[in-house]
Amino acid sequence: MAKNLPSTGIVSWLTTVDHKRIGILYGVTALFFLLFGGAEAIFMRTQLALPNNTFLDAGTYNGLVTLHGTTMIFLFVMPLSAAFFNYLTPLMIGAPDVAFPRMNALSYWIFLFGGLLLNFSFVVGLLPDGGWFNYANLTGPKYSPSHAIDFWVLGVQVVGLASLIAAINFFVTIMNMRCKGMTLLKMPIFIWTTLVTQVLLILALPVITVALMMMTFDRSFGTGFFDPGAGGQVIMWQHLFWIFGHPEVYILILPAMGIVSEILPTFSRKPLFGYSVMVYSSCAIGFLGFAVWAHHMFTTGLGPWAQALFSAATMLIAVPTGVKIFNWVSTLWGGHIRFTTPMLFALSFIAMFTLGGLSGIMHSSPPIDYQHQDTYFVVAHFHYVLYGGAVMALFGGIFYWFPKITGRYMDEGMGKLQFWMYMIGFNLTFFPMHFLGLQGMPRRIFTYASDQGWNLWNLVASAGAYITAAGGVLFFINIFYSLKWGKKAPHDCWDGRTLEWTLSSPPPEYNFAVDPEVKALDDWWLRKWDKDGKRLHPEVQPEIDPSTKHLPNPSFWPMILAFGILLLACGPFFNAKGIALSLVGVLVMLIATYGWSFEEA
Amino acid sequence: MSGQDHAVHETVTGIDNRKFGMWILIASECFLFGTLIANYLINKARGLVGPTPQQIYDIDITTLSTFDLLMSSVAMVLALHGCQTRDIKKFRFWTGVVVLGGLIFLGFQYYEFSHFLGLGLGLTTNIFGSSFYLLTGCHGAHVFFGVLWLSSILITSYAKGEEWFPSMPLEVAGLYWHFVDVVWIIIFTVVYLFVFV
Repeated sequence: MAKNLPSTGIVSWLTTVDHKRIGILYGVTALFFLLFGGAEAIFMRTQLALPNNTFLDAGTYNGLVTLHGTTMIFLFVMPLSAAFFNYLTPLMIGAPDVAFPRMNALSYWIFLFGGLLLNFSFVVGLLPDGGWFNYANLTGPKYSPSHAIDFWVLGVQVVGLASLIAAINFFVTIMNMRCKGMTLLKMPIFIWTTLVTQVLLILALPVITVALMMMTFDRSFGTGFFDPGAGGQVIMWQHLFWIFGHPEVYILILPAMGIVSEILPTFSRKPLFGYSVMVYSSCAIGFLGFAVWAHHMFTTGLGPWAQALFSAATMLIAVPTGVKIFNWVSTLWGGHIRFTTPMLFALSFIAMFTLGGLSGIMHSSPPIDYQHQDTYFVVAHFHYVLYGGAVMALFGGIFYWFPKITGRYMDEGMGKLQFWMYMIGFNLTFFPMHFLGLQGMPRRIFTYASDQGWNLWNLVASAGAYITAAGGVLFFINIFYSLKWGKKAPHDCWDGRTLEWTLSSPPPEYNFAVDPEVKALDDWWLRKWDKDGKRLHPEVQPEIDPSTKHLPNPSFWPMILAFGILLLACGPFFNAKGIALSLVGVLVMLIATYGWSFEEA
Repeated sequence: MSGQDHAVHETVTGIDNRKFGMWILIASECFLFGTLIANYLINKARGLVGPTPQQIYDIDITTLSTFDLLMSSVAMVLALHGCQTRDIKKFRFWTGVVVLGGLIFLGFQYYEFSHFLGLGLGLTTNIFGSSFYLLTGCHGAHVFFGVLWLSSILITSYAKGEEWFPSMPLEVAGLYWHFVDVVWIIIFTVVYLFVFV
């Protein structure tokens, strides 16, 4: 079956096992879900623009809050990061593909089906409304009897499985498939942050898996893990969720840090300042990321010892983060800076992330956290790190690698306009939220009275949201425009430093015609420029007849297996009767696994 | 996934990709079972009604099933040795013993669950029961998957005959099997034995 599959057209995309195509699928899907997450945000800001507004009712607002957070985290930032992992990891380490190409396709399809399952709640009009952390026992069967919460629980469960499979794949790829000469400390910094991210995923995801399983049992099979009436504990959910949830924050930010650490040296024409310290800082952040979860729970009354320890750990994690910020600034110092669109996004990352980091340190002190908890100050904080930080860096990454992926530059004029719309819109929306929070405006309220003193800043915040949305529309126009009319990009279109720039744009299906070999960090840069700053002209990768390279065969099985997993996950919707549906899912999975095993890879 | 997913390249670490992948999966599974065991320990004495651990555990039966699973790990070592020394009869025999050991263990678990149900401990009776069934059920599912995997390898060896003899699929499956076994030793100690301390 596998050998006769076409290499172009729709079927080729459904059966592809090429890491570059899977990366593009991840990226396109993430941007598709961005439309959902963005629209949800715009609806919420429209509702909150004026006091006593009736644009949305309270129930719909709760659903949009929940889906906005969940979509942006699980269906936009994580898969967009995964798009970069997929596309860039083999190219940056000089490998022909990832370690398990078909498993790579499997994780994409699982992710897609999980995302669709979550958003199917729109189709049946049952929006999950428990907030992105879905706190028990509000979300138990007693207080949320409809199936709305099930879409969240099972959708996130499925998406998590996709991330776990991908994480194993990338960890093995990075450890096992680096080209000759690339020791661990000669890997591009983006590969390092990718590696640490995979470790976090591998160790944090099983915890949420169990928590979600317990929630499913509570909701569908009558157990009482989170029901105090049955001897269970509400706080168990909070602990399990945040043991996953805090590493998750670093899962979102570390890839962005890696992207910024690639963009800054290129456009400063200087090596990354303190590369090895950056590596150790990433590892330290990854390690400490597991020791700070309870700072999300200070107001639950953990007792002085736990509060002191988690408070200290939280302050400690600011140290490696601060080290990174100084390293980025030092990378810029004395460089020949080119203010291209990707560079602007990377620079804004440093500023916005620092602001978000500073309000984060405030929260590490329990007495201050008591005041901030559940106010708009917290909303401002995490949008500065995740939006001003992670999302801005990811946009920078899109502008930076778009020419490599498509062979055409994105339009700089539109890019810069979008950047400024984003910067202005973002800060107009989220900076005033600091004031609103300190004035006592709580999170997740669907409206407020006109005499509470929150009118002005809410209106400003909503205006900012519209500017951002316009910038987002411009971004999509830019993509379509540049795909057709963008300036053609050569191999090394930004004068880059890493191995992907030795390939044509877009790279050939087989990646490297000649197995690359590196002697140093930034090997490609050192081959281009000698010590006296003289331009050398090293050879780029030659192009050869693709049929001379053995490539893994395309396959339908990953998609079929992922579909089986979707069926399995849909079972609990129908309580005990759904076990039959789940068993059908298991059967599909088994058939797909056998088909997969006996198919020629 | 026991398929030959990637043409065999020299890897940087010298460890086969599939084997490395299994080690990483095991790292992840440690956190999965760690969470389940922690959940059990927190909840075992929080049941508001119904049987407590002291009332229903039968240590003799569980010791037997633990012994059975341990011995299947020994058989796993012998099966892999047979595979690596190209002794297909030995490989088939001992792989069969592993599968049988796994099936016997699952039989014990079926007996235990129905015995407990008879004593009035269902999934939803109390939170001790819920945590117990979630933990041991999850482990049982892992054993079941291992049985399925190893018997598939065994059947493949008959279908493909003597020339089909790579040891890596069996080695990866063996790694998984030993891990599931180690998890049971921890469950046996923490769940069953600690009750009697």
